[in-house]
Amino acid sequence: MHRYIPHTPEDIAAMLERCGMQTTAELYSDVPESLLHKGEYDLPGGMSETEIRRFFDALNERNAKLTCFAGGGFYHHYSPAAVNAVVSRSEFLTAYTPYQPEISQGTLQYIFEYQSMMSDLTGLPVSNASMYDGTTATAEAMIMSTAASRKRSRVAVSRSVREATLRVLHTYARYHGVDLVEVAETEDGVTDRFALSLLISSGELAGVIVPSVNRHGIIEDFTGLADECHAKKTLLIVNADASSLAVLRTPGEWGADIACGDAQSLGLPLNYGGPYLGYICASKALMRKMPGRIVGATTDDSGQRVFVLTLQAREQHIRRDKATSNICSNQGLMALYVTVYMSLMGANGLREVACAGHSGAAYLSSALERTGKMKRRYPASPVLNEFEMITEEPAAELIARCASEGILAGIATGEHSILIAVTEMQTKADMDRYAEVVAQYSSNN
Amino acid sequence: MNRQLYNKLIFELSHKGRKGYELPKSGVESADLNDIPSSLLRKEPLHLPEVDEPTVVRHYTNMSTNNFGVDTGFYPLGSCTMKYNPKINDEIATAHAPADLHPSVPASMAQGALEAYWTLQKQLCEIAGMAEFTLNPFAGAHGELTGLMVIRAAHDAAGDTERDIVIVPDSAHGTNPASAAVAGLKVVEVKSMPDGTVDVEALSELVDKHGPKIAAMMMTNPNTLGIFESRIPEIAEMVHGAGGLMYYDGANLNPLVGVARPGDMGFDVMHINLHKTFSTPHGGGGPGSGPVGVRAGLEKFLPSPRVVRRDNGTYNIESPETALGSISATLGNYAVQLRALSYILSLGREGVKEVGPMATLPANYIKESLRDVYELPVDRVCKHEFVFDGLKDKSTGCTTLNVAKRLLDFGFHAPTIYFPLLFHESLMIEPTETESLETIDEFVKVMREIAREAAEEPDLLKNAPLVTPVRHPDDTKAALDPKITYFEL
Repeated sequence: MHRYIPHTPEDIAAMLERCGMQTTAELYSDVPESLLHKGEYDLPGGMSETEIRRFFDALNERNAKLTCFAGGGFYHHYSPAAVNAVVSRSEFLTAYTPYQPEISQGTLQYIFEYQSMMSDLTGLPVSNASMYDGTTATAEAMIMSTAASRKRSRVAVSRSVREATLRVLHTYARYHGVDLVEVAETEDGVTDRFALSLLISSGELAGVIVPSVNRHGIIEDFTGLADECHAKKTLLIVNADASSLAVLRTPGEWGADIACGDAQSLGLPLNYGGPYLGYICASKALMRKMPGRIVGATTDDSGQRVFVLTLQAREQHIRRDKATSNICSNQGLMALYVTVYMSLMGANGLREVACAGHSGAAYLSSALERTGKMKRRYPASPVLNEFEMITEEPAAELIARCASEGILAGIATGEHSILIAVTEMQTKADMDRYAEVVAQYSSNN
Repeated sequence: MNRQLYNKLIFELSHKGRKGYELPKSGVESADLNDIPSSLLRKEPLHLPEVDEPTVVRHYTNMSTNNFGVDTGFYPLGSCTMKYNPKINDEIATAHAPADLHPSVPASMAQGALEAYWTLQKQLCEIAGMAEFTLNPFAGAHGELTGLMVIRAAHDAAGDTERDIVIVPDSAHGTNPASAAVAGLKVVEVKSMPDGTVDVEALSELVDKHGPKIAAMMMTNPNTLGIFESRIPEIAEMVHGAGGLMYYDGANLNPLVGVARPGDMGFDVMHINLHKTFSTPHGGGGPGSGPVGVRAGLEKFLPSPRVVRRDNGTYNIESPETALGSISATLGNYAVQLRALSYILSLGREGVKEVGPMATLPANYIKESLRDVYELPVDRVCKHEFVFDGLKDKSTGCTTLNVAKRLLDFGFHAPTIYFPLLFHESLMIEPTETESLETIDEFVKVMREIAREAAEEPDLLKNAPLVTPVRHPDDTKAALDPKITYFEL
């Protein structure tokens, strides 16, 4: 038997005897013979742990090791060693969804802490227990707005949200039957407020989705937008990266009804795409329209404070096809990860992270501009830690050339444009080296 | 498990001036955010706790001791496949993985990562009998939604745009109808026979009635009673005959691993829960992973981005025109996928054949060991799980909830309770293949002891749990006066 299966031949014989069977084949006597798989599976032979390590090390050698200046929602941040130590505890790692509160207080309690911290970050009072990622969180927010309005199926989204978010919104909208309309960008790379106001004034929108920091890295200004939306009974949905909300005006402060987005920026490893974390927060009025799990505080027999899954009448296992969403549990352990991260960092730590990224972005964008090979695409617009550059060199070639020098230059946004992010993880020397490589480009070679 | 409840909140440990971090020095002087207009900056200060590292570590370590995981003890939670999560998988996903690799790197810089993705999807194809998988969906429910989108995209591409009905058995997991609704489809339930299998005659009537409107039928096999749907070829033929597609909910795949393949049963689209069948940790509710597989001919509808292997053996990322769209920003929960790949490599072609039978045998053993004291509504060979309809002796007034809570006192996690909805007192038990016979025998002993208590000391049982650090949390109070953040306490 394989090492994960403890049954000896004697164990198997004892169990078969209790079942009145001679062989394990009888366990499948109800499976039509034609459906039984015959012969060998086309899989390699079983590996020992050492061979498995070698296998993955060999694969990993074929991934580039790069200093990361790419962002687009996912950032290379520092995370204290204690975070991983806590998250690795198998009492957290190997538990199921906390259906039995008597023996799941650990999970329930950190979800409660997580909800509190996300509420604090977004300035909205209600958070659920987590979402898959920012794109699906935004899609759920879109569906929430149509469900809340009951009669309206149209939602407007600014063209300035990230491409991936836009793609996922369109997918969910198409299949769920949401009439998703895009609002153009101005020449300055921000939501066209005039076009958006016109749409809102129609009184037909269930919701409006706008990005706090948009796909160009620009911090958008939503002055007056919430009032416009609410006058027409339209919900305002602000998509924002969680970490940025430590310093930027919060969705709550903008008067938004729903905040949603990615929370990978709260120290989660990049891990080539996941697991990450999405979040969704909302006003009290929308509490019963929230997707996913919510944990609440209560008391037990002895009067001590305890935590339970609550407001479950919203959920799929009760409501089935009338549920507000099909999501069950999501990224529970990643919620723990960011909760421990935020505990260690505190408000000051998150602010330092934001300032380091902002200062680094200012330094790098100047250094890159000084090469004469790049210029800011929107030089007058406020940014946090990410900015878009127009490149003389084709962006794909620039990225390839930088990669051979150990630098991930950013994300190509067009043939001659690139989105660049800076965090506390890149040094001044890294940035100088990046500018040096950029400067080496000559249009003649 | 702790016998004392640790219930402090991190906010309550906050002490102004403490911190648990030190940022690296970049060499660039860190300026403030003065060049950002103040109208765009946050006004309300954050209320995050200020705590030092030792306090944080002790807080969460204490908290973890209130929790019960697979590493703590037996977790016979039906339909959840709480098998052992091998430690090498965790090591691979952290120490032998591209932790700093950004998802936007060009494919040429992530050849190793893409090969891992491609290899896992090919292995899942082999085990499930499908032509191709996407690993992008983040969870089982996300996989279901994606799979139904694949089905709608396929019908749409064929100009067959009127199909908006999904047939779902009344024994199905609640996620099935919910996923159908999110995908814009209407649910029609087909009833079950007394043995829990699909009533094929009732299905036949539904197919006659809704024929050209049927987009798909969703099924688990074995079903939620752990019974294999022996008439599956007939069911598939019927649904296909009406132009519908067959969707396989992989929640119950474990007993078939190494024995039979959904692709050979007539299923066109399916999802797998890597966190059930392929041993990745449940994480207290995620991150999971819900790969979606399709039979030949449907690959082109799978969501973007797609990982493809070129003829020269290199890998690329593509977004085909025919794809249903995107359901994620990235290629999914990558570190979870690595764990599943590590698991399959460890099993290999020999080990994979042991999983299904060794998951099925203990389930039948427990069923046969307890059927004299618990009500067995369907008396047949089961697969990885089975359902009791509560205690056999109903005169004691002791319920399934009492049994479940009493198990906690004895150091076991409870089975799944009150599901499926076919019985009033459902108690759904799934032991998995990784529990030793001693553990299983101990569980049987305790279950018999609880049955004895029901008969002799029913009031004791109705009061369970008796010794857990938390007893009878007030759910009603939690729902009537929701306090869902620290700031509301």
